[in-house]
Amino acid sequence: MQFDPFVIPFNIGLYFILIYAVVRSIIWFRDLSRPDKLRLQRGFFGKAFGQSLKEIFLESLIHRKILRTNPRLGYMHMSLAFGWFLLILFGTIEADIFGEKHLNPPYKAIFFKFFNPEHGITGFEAAYAFLMDLILLFILSGLFLAVIKRFTPKVVGMKKSTKLKSLDKLALTSLWLIFPARLIAESLTSGEYSTGSFLTGSIGSWLATFLPAGELAYPFWWLYSLSLGTFFILLPVTRYLHIPAELFLIFMRNSGIRTGDKAGSYSEIQAHSCSSCGICIDQCQMNFSAGINNIQPAYLIKAIRGNEDTSEIAMNCLMCGRCDQKCPVGIEISAVRMIQRREVYSGPEFRNTWKGYFRLRNGDHTPKPNGHHVYDYLPEVAAAEKTDILYFAGCMTHLTPAVSRSMVKILDASGLKWSFLDKDGGACCGRPLMLAGNDREARELINHTSELIWKSGAHTLVTSCPICYKVFRESYYLDIEVLHHTQFIKNLIDEDLVRMNFLHKRVAYHTPCELGRGTQVYNEPKDVIRHVAILEETGYEDENSLCCGGSLGNIKISYRDRQKIAVDAAARLTSRNPEILITSCPLCKKTLSAATPTKVADISEIVAEAVIIPKTEKTSLKHSLPVAEAVNIF
Amino acid sequence: MEKFGFKLSKPRVIDFDRNDKSVAEFIHANEPSFRLCIECGGCSATCTAGNFIPFSLRELHILLKRGETEKVKDNIEKCMLCGKCSLVCPRGVNTRNIIELAKRAFKIPELHAV
Repeated sequence: MQFDPFVIPFNIGLYFILIYAVVRSIIWFRDLSRPDKLRLQRGFFGKAFGQSLKEIFLESLIHRKILRTNPRLGYMHMSLAFGWFLLILFGTIEADIFGEKHLNPPYKAIFFKFFNPEHGITGFEAAYAFLMDLILLFILSGLFLAVIKRFTPKVVGMKKSTKLKSLDKLALTSLWLIFPARLIAESLTSGEYSTGSFLTGSIGSWLATFLPAGELAYPFWWLYSLSLGTFFILLPVTRYLHIPAELFLIFMRNSGIRTGDKAGSYSEIQAHSCSSCGICIDQCQMNFSAGINNIQPAYLIKAIRGNEDTSEIAMNCLMCGRCDQKCPVGIEISAVRMIQRREVYSGPEFRNTWKGYFRLRNGDHTPKPNGHHVYDYLPEVAAAEKTDILYFAGCMTHLTPAVSRSMVKILDASGLKWSFLDKDGGACCGRPLMLAGNDREARELINHTSELIWKSGAHTLVTSCPICYKVFRESYYLDIEVLHHTQFIKNLIDEDLVRMNFLHKRVAYHTPCELGRGTQVYNEPKDVIRHVAILEETGYEDENSLCCGGSLGNIKISYRDRQKIAVDAAARLTSRNPEILITSCPLCKKTLSAATPTKVADISEIVAEAVIIPKTEKTSLKHSLPVAEAVNIF
Repeated sequence: MEKFGFKLSKPRVIDFDRNDKSVAEFIHANEPSFRLCIECGGCSATCTAGNFIPFSLRELHILLKRGETEKVKDNIEKCMLCGKCSLVCPRGVNTRNIIELAKRAFKIPELHAV
């Protein structure tokens, strides 16, 4: 049997990581909720299994999403992951075909050249050696990019690279050493025996001209084995756990498991699947507009894994969702962040045991609700006059009365039976409390407002505020249609209930976060705008839209930083000099209008300006012609 | 015993030196914009909760700074966190963080054990 003591570090590392993976997956499976366990079982024996395999190939090996976002960074990840996979695959086949027997232990394939130094001189053997050299070159090219990226991130098209912990640095060094060590060890062995293909062969013969290749090769084989062993043993406590964790994540996601409200196996696997690639950092406006670069998802997730106090990081985020769209691993970042926010005061505690190799739950410390009502001062809901359409302006709309006035005008012009729910100011919808992690308090406000809505007997609820719209859709139990005013106006136009003049204005549209990425309303506002004005592109369309900086999601950010984000966002949105910058969120309107000299208006304002007030009976008696009412908002 | 309509009134002197300023100090340490407030009352004027009850952030702010935390403790939770106050604030005070920090301060036992 071929054996040499230098393979021991590699063997220890390999068997350790395999046993670890089994134990860890048992713990993760045990912690899943019962429905999730069933989902996973169904997924394992169903269509999801095939999809998962396909996704693992495309995302974990080829890294298709990173390639699309950033080709150079994608190539780096692809060459390391896919290249290593090919090297292992073809290495195993090589050892199986050309080795002394079939079904070898893994070290035979990894250190094939050491045990078969005279392999690869003629014919098929040489062609195979050529292929192995090509794969090694492929990996080394990616490694070269990785080393450059660590020191100058701009070369691979990244503005910032993630900062690392000391253990991560050790693991990174061992990862970086693996392939150069293999190259030199193989080259020196090839040099001694005059074998090897274009890469190892030529480097080997050149080195052999002035170096004692035979004696030097052995230490490099040790280095190769040691760096592999170190890497495997450190893998569970460093960010490289993302390599196996992503496989679990893909299987679970395809089986239909979602993050939910509480910390559990799935949110933990998501945290471990983050490769700290840093794409979220480049997407974050708090980074590129305000220069705050310690709160991005990569750092939040690092703090979660390290059991650090996440309250400051978790709260300091605009919750705009730009990172969610771009995460190449598909981590539901906002949902993970919301879990951390809810756990600031209570929730399960975690501890890292076995020097950080396991992260276990300390038991649930959620305090029982004590029946203490915070908002019991809200008035009793009286029986209201029945109506068809209910208009809820929302807090922010009350700060921008032009929006609610315009909506009143549009609703009146439509001739529908409607009523104004919070004409004299109502309670808050509850979303800001939810965003701060106070779900129990938010539920009280939700119950109050729900009661108001039920008693009105309306079949449609229209709101002007995307923040309210999101919470009405997701957290209220309403059996009526909920519309944002852009959707409502679109319906009015489609059903020919309002007629409008065309205003010859060049306008740009800013998609609010909560309406766009938050609730997927992208096209209705644009359709409405095209009815009344000339819509121009901003360069930040739909999923790529910016946050205005006013977001209620962040309660930590200072006014000055908010202003920086607002000014930067406004400058980007108005770079093509539109006459009016249109948005559909009162909060965006308020924030952006303070940050740019361009006129900022809500969509309802331009519609109200363009709308033709229908002939009323009084005017028809006077036989006057229908004329557009002259409103000069702009 | 005869009652003559006289009683001993509690002293109504506010002794700033003896008041518990720990909550205000905690807030100030975590949210520097706390001291920017000029007590203009814009926040109270726009307040959603203040529309229903006499809830005033301006008042609570003054009480916090004076160290009279009892009334703040009873009232601070009535805020709905809607954020209108921070939008109208002429000084850019991060009002919502102040409220969240105050709530948190009242949950930390050693801070108000006076």
